[in-house]
Amino acid sequence: MTTPVLQTRGLNKNFGSLVVARGIEIALPKGARYALIGPNGAGKTTLINLITGMTRPDAGQILLEGEDISTLAPAARVKRGLVRTFQINTLFPNLSALEAVTLAVCERRGEAGTWWRSLPSYGQAIEEAHRILTTLMLAGDCERPTRQLAYGQQRLLEIALALAAHPKVLLLDEPAAGVPKDESSELFKAVAGISSDITVLFIEHDMELVFRFATRLIVMVAGAILVEGTPAEIANDQRVRDVYLGQAHHG
Amino acid sequence: MSVTTAPALAAVDPREVLRAQVKWRWLETIFWLATLLPFLVAPTYLVLGSQIAITALFALSLDLIVGYCGLVSLGHAAFFGFGAYTAGLISKAGWGEPITGLLAAGCAAMVLGYLTSFIIVRITHFALIMVTLGMCLLLYEVANKAHSITGGDDGLQGVHMWPLLGHFQFDLYGTTAYGYAIVILFLSFLVLRRLVNSPFGLSLRGIRENPRRMPAIGSPMSNRIRTIYTISAAFAGLAGGLLAQTTEFVALDALSFQRSAEVLVMLVLGGAGRLYGGLIGAMIFMIARDQLADMNPQYWYFWLGLLLIAVIVFLPNGILGGCAELLARWRRKA
Ligand SMILES: Nc1ncnc2c1ncn2[C@@H]1O[C@H](COP(=O)(O)OP(=O)(O)OP(=O)(O)O)[C@@H](O)[C@H]1O
Ligand SMILES: [Mg+2]
Repeated sequence: MTTPVLQTRGLNKNFGSLVVARGIEIALPKGARYALIGPNGAGKTTLINLITGMTRPDAGQILLEGEDISTLAPAARVKRGLVRTFQINTLFPNLSALEAVTLAVCERRGEAGTWWRSLPSYGQAIEEAHRILTTLMLAGDCERPTRQLAYGQQRLLEIALALAAHPKVLLLDEPAAGVPKDESSELFKAVAGISSDITVLFIEHDMELVFRFATRLIVMVAGAILVEGTPAEIANDQRVRDVYLGQAHHG
Repeated sequence: MSVTTAPALAAVDPREVLRAQVKWRWLETIFWLATLLPFLVAPTYLVLGSQIAITALFALSLDLIVGYCGLVSLGHAAFFGFGAYTAGLISKAGWGEPITGLLAAGCAAMVLGYLTSFIIVRITHFALIMVTLGMCLLLYEVANKAHSITGGDDGLQGVHMWPLLGHFQFDLYGTTAYGYAIVILFLSFLVLRRLVNSPFGLSLRGIRENPRRMPAIGSPMSNRIRTIYTISAAFAGLAGGLLAQTTEFVALDALSFQRSAEVLVMLVLGGAGRLYGGLIGAMIFMIARDQLADMNPQYWYFWLGLLLIAVIVFLPNGILGGCAELLARWRRKA
C-alpha cells in the first residue's frame, strides 16, 4: 500500500470543556475526493484548522507524504503543499483579483521577498495568475478590487488563491457557503475541474453535491469521526441516518 | 452566479494591467520639477523648504509601515532622533563629511529598527501602539539623562558640517540645505517607489488587507514585517540625520512624542499608503504651521484639530485619497 498523502494520528483538541476533536484519524490517498460532513458545530472547520496548523492540537500528529509536519508553522505547511480555503471569505478586499493571485503565485515561487524589481517584470507569475483566474471564470473582472466582486466570484477567488499555491492537498471549507442553491452546483463544477493530481477534501452540507462530487465520505459528529466510507455505504448506514441524515437538513 | 465575463475584457494583457498601475505619470514629473521652484521664486523660504523635505522623508518612511503594512506606530521619532544624534555626534567627533555622516545615521537607525523589529512582530493593535510609544519615550529619557554626550535638553551643540561634496558650504539662506534635502528625498523616493511596486510591496499590502490570509498563501509574514520595519527605520534615520546636518544642531525634541504624533497626523492628512500622501501631508502641515506661527500656538492647534477632523470625516483616505476618488468619478462620467 502506498503512503497516504495526508494522514492524521490521534488528533485531540478541547476548547475548555468542549471536545472538538477526539482521536481523529484520517488518511487520504493521492488524488482522492473526500467529503467531510457532519452537523453544525461538529468540529469540521476545527479539524482543518488543526491540520493546517492554525489551531494547535492538544495531542496527535499530522503527516504529509509520510513526513511529520506537526511542528511546522502554517505558512511552512502551505509551502509543502498543504493548502486550505475558508468557510468565511478571507480575502484581500482592496487588492484586485489579479494582484491577489499574483501575490500568492509569487509567494509560492519564493519571489515575494524581492523589493528591488518591479512587479510587472514577473511575467511568468502574472501569466500563471491570469491562467488560474481564467479557469475559474474570473479573468473578466480581474482588475476590479476584490470587495467589488459578486459574492459568488469571491468564493471562486478563495479557490483561486489556494490553487496558486500548487497544493498537493487541498482542504475546501464549504466552498459554496452562503451561495444560493442554484449557483452552488456551478461552484462545484470549479471544484470538479481541479487537477486529479491534487488530493481534495471538502466540507459541504448539501448531500446532493456531496454524493455527486465525492468518492468517499467522512462523517463527523461532536468532535469524533463516526464513520468513513463510500457514498453508497454512508447512505445506507443506520447510525448516520440516525444522527445526521435523519435530522432537519443543514446549511 | 453573476459571472459577467465580457469576451472583450477577457482579452486584456495582465502584465499591461499591472504595468499601468506602476507607470510613472506626468503629474509626478511636474511635482518633482516643482520642488526646484523655491530656488527661483522663494529663496527666502529655502530654510522652511529644507525642513519640509526632511519631514516629508520622515513621513514617507512611516508610510511604509502604517500605510502599506497597516501597522500603527506612535514612536517613529525614535529612529528619527537616533539618526539625528548619530549624525550630530559623528560631526562633533570631528568627521564633518555630510554624505558619509548621513549614511551612518541611516545605518544606525536601521540597526535599531532591526533589533526592535523582533518585539514588533509579536504584538498587534493597541499593544503595538503602546510598545512603539514606550520605546520612543525610553530613548527620549536616555538622551535627556546622557547630558554629557547629547547635551540633554540644551540640545547637541557644536555640530559642524564640511562643505557638501567638498564644494557647497551650508549657508544661512539654506540654499545648500534645501538642495541636499531635496536630492536625498528624491533618491529615497525612487528607491521606495520601486519597493512598494515590487512583489515585496504587494506582500506588504497583503498583510495590511488580511493578515489572516497571508499564512494560508504560504507567506512568512513575520519576516516581511521585520524587513519593512528595518527599512522604514533606516529612512527615518536618514531624515533625522539630514535635520541634524542642515541645522547643525540636534534638539531633544527630535525624539519627542510630539514628533511621532505629528508625522502620523501628516500621513493621515495627506493619505496613507500612496507615497505622495506623506509628502503632501508634510507640505500642508509645515506650511500651515509656518503661516500661523505668528498667532499663539493654541490657535495653530485649533486649526490643525479642525483640519484633522474635517479630513477624517470627509476624506477618510486623506487629501490624496479624496482627489483620487474625485478623479475616478470624473473619469467614469467622461
Ligand atoms: N476558537 C474557539 N474557541 C472556542 N470554541 C470554539 C473555537 N472555534 C470553534 N469553537 C467551537 O467548536 C465547535 C466546533 O466548531 P467548528 O467551527 O469546527 O464547527 P463546524 O463543524 O465547522 O460547523 P459549521 O458546519 O457550522 O461550520 C463549535 O461549537 C464552536 O463553537
Ligand atoms: Mg465550519
